Amino acid sequence: MNHYSALSILRHGLTGNRHWSRAWRDPAPKPSYDVVIVGGGGHGLATAYYLAKEHGIRNVAVLEKGWLGGGNTGRNTTIVRSNYMMPGNTMFYERSMQLWENLSQDLNYNVMISQRGQYNLCHSPAQMDAARRRGNIMRANGIDAELFDRAEVMRRIPYLDYSENARFPIHGAIYQGRAGTARHDAVAWGYARGADKHGVDLIQQCEVVGYIWDKDRIVGVETTRGPIRAKKVALAVAGHTGHLAGKAGLRLPVETHVLQAFVTEPLKPMVDSVISFGAAHFYISQSDKGGLVLGGDLDGFNSYAQRGGLPIVEHTLHSAKALMPSLSRLRLLRHWAGVMDMSMDGSPIIGKMPVEGLWLNGGWCYGGFKATPASGYCFAWTIAKDEPHPDNAEFTLERFERGCQIDEKGAGPQPNAH
Amino acid sequence: MLRIHCPVCGLRDETEFTYGGDATMRRPDMTESDPKAWVDYVFIRDNPRGPHKEYWHHVTGCRQWLIVKRDTLTHEISGSYLAREVADLADEVAA
Repeated sequence: MNHYSALSILRHGLTGNRHWSRAWRDPAPKPSYDVVIVGGGGHGLATAYYLAKEHGIRNVAVLEKGWLGGGNTGRNTTIVRSNYMMPGNTMFYERSMQLWENLSQDLNYNVMISQRGQYNLCHSPAQMDAARRRGNIMRANGIDAELFDRAEVMRRIPYLDYSENARFPIHGAIYQGRAGTARHDAVAWGYARGADKHGVDLIQQCEVVGYIWDKDRIVGVETTRGPIRAKKVALAVAGHTGHLAGKAGLRLPVETHVLQAFVTEPLKPMVDSVISFGAAHFYISQSDKGGLVLGGDLDGFNSYAQRGGLPIVEHTLHSAKALMPSLSRLRLLRHWAGVMDMSMDGSPIIGKMPVEGLWLNGGWCYGGFKATPASGYCFAWTIAKDEPHPDNAEFTLERFERGCQIDEKGAGPQPNAH
Repeated sequence: MLRIHCPVCGLRDETEFTYGGDATMRRPDMTESDPKAWVDYVFIRDNPRGPHKEYWHHVTGCRQWLIVKRDTLTHEISGSYLAREVADLADEVAA
């Protein structure tokens, strides 16, 4: 496989770009592997990459029912940040941020990480107090955070609605300068190429339809391309977590919900950071192609359909217009939806399952994309060593029965409220 | 946009309703002292990909709680009932 570099671009350019090799192989599934990872999105591919790179476990297959990165990896708003304050979350997301910062070099693949900074706007004195507390917790953990008053926010992002008529007055913002965006597809492709380079088989068009059992132990998977045996089966299937865990006889603290996102027609550079509206649930950034990328709330009811309804389109665009009135004449270019594995406390589950032979990485709610590197890193560690990494030690399935939920939003066991 | 049939008001837009989640969950008896029964009730869901029975509150209409049968993959609604009339028959509603 080629090493990508400026020199390689020059060399291939001079020879008419006829000699680029495939970025990864397209192997047929082998009868058995040490580890089979179900789900060829960012999390599954990252897990395979770190299993091979960090733990020397290379006899690994990633099974994907569609195409690599075709699920939520390709259906998010590409925001990366590490502004979490609950113990268990804070350092996990900071590990992810640190992995993001060096990911392009590590993978030899440009994931276009852009640390353009993220503002979380505050619209009341109480929200400013909460932001101050969050920022202090972040800084106490060595994570960058700054608190800006209204005047400073006006100076930095002058195009928001600061008028007397603003539905939600802006009191200030908490800002993380190292946050930003990454190119979502490139993350999947970079991890795929890196895993393949280490010998991992990436098998697409291969849907898992059941498990192979040896008494009460899972020893492989039944797929649309035949049975594949494995010493360890690891699920990283986002919205389909409940469905595939159900086939293993597990009931989980997870509901599947649909989340929409939008891109507008391209504009000249306008929004040079990520902005989150603190009054409604709304976030916006601008892609390198100029389109404004924005998203809002869940549709709010259980759904496995990768399409959303019009009420949330209207609701999200109301938020956009309330925050940035100048967007009112913009047209939407594209609009899509993904199915989220909404957990009962808004935090993920990474660990060994009560069924022997099965590991799970799920319950990502909205937060899966930013977590991709740390999720893969910690899941690989957990699978390889049969014990969690310190950074995912709190993301157990047992936390719910122990009363140790990690409820960042304080919304309680209402999956559609996280 | 879902269009939900309310037995009182007729066919109405989803935006008139608030979602109430899985309607097959039953709160354990208040004398139940097994924590597992409460964990199951509070946290654990079947989360089916397919037919689902769920509560909807017609909050800007007649304010009645409904049980709606809806497919989570296709969003097709195949029945709706007043919850107070079928609460004890929730399992039969699935049939």
